[in-house]
Amino acid sequence: MRRMGEQGRKTLGMAMAIAGTGALAAAVAFVLSTGGGAVASTEHGMSGDMLVGLDGLDLTPYRNTTVGDVGTERFDPDAYLTEELESTTETLEDGTVLRIFEVEAVNKEIEIAPGVFFPAWTYNGQVPGPTLRANEGERIRIHFTNLGDRPHSMHFHGFHPFEMDGAMLKQQVPPNGTFVYEFEADPVGVHLYHCHATPITQHIHNGLYGLWIVDPKGGRPPARELYMMMNGFDPNFDEENEIYAVNTVAFHYARHPIEVRQNELIRIYLANITEFDLINSFHVHATFFDYYPTGTQPEPRDYTDTIIQGQGERGIVEVRFPHPGDFMFHAHKTEFAERGWMGLFRVIPDEGGDG
Amino acid sequence: MAEPRQGMSAGVAILAVVPLVLLVGLIAWLFSDGAEGLFATDLPPVEAVDVMRHVLEGDVIHLDIVNSGPDPTTIAQVMVRGAFWYHEVTPTRELTPLQTARVTIPFPWNEGEPVEIVLLTSTGLTFDYGIEVATATPGITARALSRFAMLGIFVGVIPVALGLTWFPFLRRLGRSGLGFLIHLTVGLLAFLVVDAMFEGFEAARELPGIYQPQALLLLGFVGAWAFLSGIQLRSSSGHGASAGGAHLAWLVALGIGIHNLGEGLAIGSAYVLGELTLGALLVAGFTLHNATEGIAIVSPILREPDGQLARLIGLGALAGGPTILGCWIGAFTYSQVWALLFLGIGAGAIVQVIGAILGGRTLRETLAPVNLAGMLVGYLVMYGTGLLVGAA
Repeated sequence: MRRMGEQGRKTLGMAMAIAGTGALAAAVAFVLSTGGGAVASTEHGMSGDMLVGLDGLDLTPYRNTTVGDVGTERFDPDAYLTEELESTTETLEDGTVLRIFEVEAVNKEIEIAPGVFFPAWTYNGQVPGPTLRANEGERIRIHFTNLGDRPHSMHFHGFHPFEMDGAMLKQQVPPNGTFVYEFEADPVGVHLYHCHATPITQHIHNGLYGLWIVDPKGGRPPARELYMMMNGFDPNFDEENEIYAVNTVAFHYARHPIEVRQNELIRIYLANITEFDLINSFHVHATFFDYYPTGTQPEPRDYTDTIIQGQGERGIVEVRFPHPGDFMFHAHKTEFAERGWMGLFRVIPDEGGDG
Repeated sequence: MAEPRQGMSAGVAILAVVPLVLLVGLIAWLFSDGAEGLFATDLPPVEAVDVMRHVLEGDVIHLDIVNSGPDPTTIAQVMVRGAFWYHEVTPTRELTPLQTARVTIPFPWNEGEPVEIVLLTSTGLTFDYGIEVATATPGITARALSRFAMLGIFVGVIPVALGLTWFPFLRRLGRSGLGFLIHLTVGLLAFLVVDAMFEGFEAARELPGIYQPQALLLLGFVGAWAFLSGIQLRSSSGHGASAGGAHLAWLVALGIGIHNLGEGLAIGSAYVLGELTLGALLVAGFTLHNATEGIAIVSPILREPDGQLARLIGLGALAGGPTILGCWIGAFTYSQVWALLFLGIGAGAIVQVIGAILGGRTLRETLAPVNLAGMLVGYLVMYGTGLLVGAA
């Protein structure tokens, strides 16, 4: 450079200045393209709907909810509330009723919150699995087929011989394998069935569980009956649930309230299968309920508005709503409620009621 | 000789084009139906979402996000403080790689509290973002502009101006004193380069890898160096390679000005993000730290025939003024990518300045004990005053 003539130096200087300018312009253009040039928004609030509360209070910032709705073509939580798995029956020589169910384990993607999809392991393509229901003393036979790509099983709570327990490693049904579970419907109550393959936390969390209900001889008093499974999902596999619900879909019954009639008797078969958390709970507003733990005893153990269940616990809730209106039911572990385990009963006024 | 050369260059041109054509063909084939699924796997998509900045208004949280992964991703839900919350995503929830969007969440955030936000994608992956201390993001109002201008004046302009007031004293220094001072300046500037580049590489780790932040930092560095070197080469005619005193002073002021732009950017944004409490200690630290920059600016013109107050004011404005601009940019449009780029530009500018100062001297001169001591002292002064900033 020292020996360079003045013209050469000027030319080099020009070239360097242009190159430097080009490099800086490219860098600035790139940063602008990343949104780095965004100016602080001065527009206030949201487009569209403003929610107005008491005394004109703007409610827009207070909406604890998911956004959108879940398609019900894959799984309809409203249908799950009242549907049992269809069965066929035969009468055996000794007069005993033989009740036969068909169950398949199958991998299926489910939608657990609007737009959030989870690769589930299911019984009959749904989470929770279908509700199996029978009468006390009936002979139960389940044709189980494993269409998944891991060993699976069905382990029923209740009395049964060792061969029907579905829990030991040697009792797991391999992929494309079948097994016939057969036992007596006993004892009376609301129970669970679930996969017992290892690692069991994953098999249960991924969706292999359902209600198993044994009705007493002569049945229970007439009531509006509902099935509710308290469950949770850990879609990012950090062994902590991000999403909680009854019947899988976060906030489903908040968006689609369960309609009941004022003062009608409502019987809820309630179970908790939630993984990772020690307890779950059930709380209902503006009324109290009779609680029958496991549904095994004719008399309620408690008269309350909040109960706690550990994983695998279940029971029967019998409740009436004396007042019409929309009433919340939710986990009184409010963290779970904020993450989706919250719904509404819409109580329709009875004719001549106080509505 | 001209004929064969031309023939060759036509051949050379074809030779240059052949690999390009092959390359384009290969790429086209990779995207064609025939090659579809060649490298496909059943693995779930690799998702990455980064929050570039947040804006807090009354009961509304805005997040500017970018899909920083190689695959498309869909923002399905948002959680605030562990709870699902109503929100909107504009322009779209489905983001292609490098696409940006704004998530707007009406939420009753409270002043001074931390806020944790989780973005949940359609595959159930979560991306966390924490607001360390919630405080309203200033809008561009006259009040906010003047407030951040004041901040820039205190942190950048006043300290440099104070440093310049050494001028009458420094003029009376002897030859070795002047050499010491010039090299003290080099030490000061060297510290700024080291500090900025380490800070830049540290900041680069926080940024999404898809931005190649280290490369961006170096692009800013080299770009600024090349630009200023080119300017110097073109304008320093007649004096050989070494710049004249006045010329050098302007270069130093410009380099420091660019550096201070970056510093203002960092201060303004940290203040807005609630990561910085501007106590008296911090402002005092910056004042001391930046006062030494004034010495660096005046040292090349101590032997000029007269002081020229107007020139001193101009130099001070060029070196300190950009702090105000930086504070504004930092406060109103902050992004970490900007901060990174300006760290690189500032460092490149100062390296060029160091080169210009030392360019007119022999290595023997520079390595004289008094000058070496000057550089060491300059570096240590910056280190010591930097402790004050770090401690606040």
